[in-house]
Amino acid sequence: MNRFLWPLGIFVVLAGFLFAGLYLNPREVPSPLIGKPVPAFSAPQLADPGKTFSPADMKGKVWLVNVWASWCVSCRQEHPLLVELGKSGVVPMIGLHYKDERDAGLKWLAQHGDPYLLSAHDRDGRVAIDFGVYGTPETFIVDKAGVIRYKHTGPLTPEKLRDDILPRVKQLEAAT
Amino acid sequence: MSRPLHRLLMPALVALLLPWGALHAEDAAPVASDPALEARVQKLGEELRCLVCQNQNIADSHADLALDLKKQLREQIAAGRTDDEIKTYMVERYGDFVLYRPPLKATTVLLWAGPFVLLGAVAFALLRRLRTRAARAAAANTLSADEHARARALLNGEEKQV
Repeated sequence: MNRFLWPLGIFVVLAGFLFAGLYLNPREVPSPLIGKPVPAFSAPQLADPGKTFSPADMKGKVWLVNVWASWCVSCRQEHPLLVELGKSGVVPMIGLHYKDERDAGLKWLAQHGDPYLLSAHDRDGRVAIDFGVYGTPETFIVDKAGVIRYKHTGPLTPEKLRDDILPRVKQLEAAT
Repeated sequence: MSRPLHRLLMPALVALLLPWGALHAEDAAPVASDPALEARVQKLGEELRCLVCQNQNIADSHADLALDLKKQLREQIAAGRTDDEIKTYMVERYGDFVLYRPPLKATTVLLWAGPFVLLGAVAFALLRRLRTRAARAAAANTLSADEHARARALLNGEEKQV
């Protein structure tokens, strides 16, 4: 009897693991940057290349970094949500315009709306490497001390924003 | 008569010659002119996972990010960084996931030791099973004095006399 139960047991365990695996997202790579200071960089602003942006400019505020590009299809998918968020003024959002031409980016913002306080232009993707970006869009929460607290890879959904992003922002803003 | 045969043979000939041509085609020239540097980029790139196409390493991948990371490798090697420093640089940004050979840590012990533990457990179970089976067989094979006598008789060809 035992002889037949063993393979069955192994099968059930294996099937259980595989079944759970179906619902895991292999693209969700835990970022080692969470809990680390936001990478220091200085990049030209998209709208005004004469000026630069550096994360130090946001010190003392809770803010979001959103990595986007005009060639990024999923960015378009999440964009209306970001525009809404921008209008609400709940939290300042900096865009990281990733590996894209300035003109294309400006045109895209004019067409779809600009929810960003400003966008930093990362033409060659060097800043994004420091952020560990591997799939646009990506969204980071940075706290008042300039520490990355959360990262989301892929397009934001209203549920994600409501359940994960905004509560964290609120919590971080309440912290001194 | 010869025309149709010709038509049949030509594509076959071309098909035969094509791989030959491919074999003798030049490899794409390395981006950096220094072959030693390029060899190191290739070697390091094979150790690093491309995060966009997750089952490829960045040496093999032509994804945009992999190309950028290869550029990073080239620059950092040229700047005199060691392989370990470069790997640390990658891990700081993308996590252990970027390494095809994750470091031995508390969270990865099962990953590294698991197969050996499993092998050990199976070997132990097999050994025990073989031993009990051998013991059982030995027990089953013990003959009574009577049976021994009969076996001896059989071997001596004295069956009929018994």
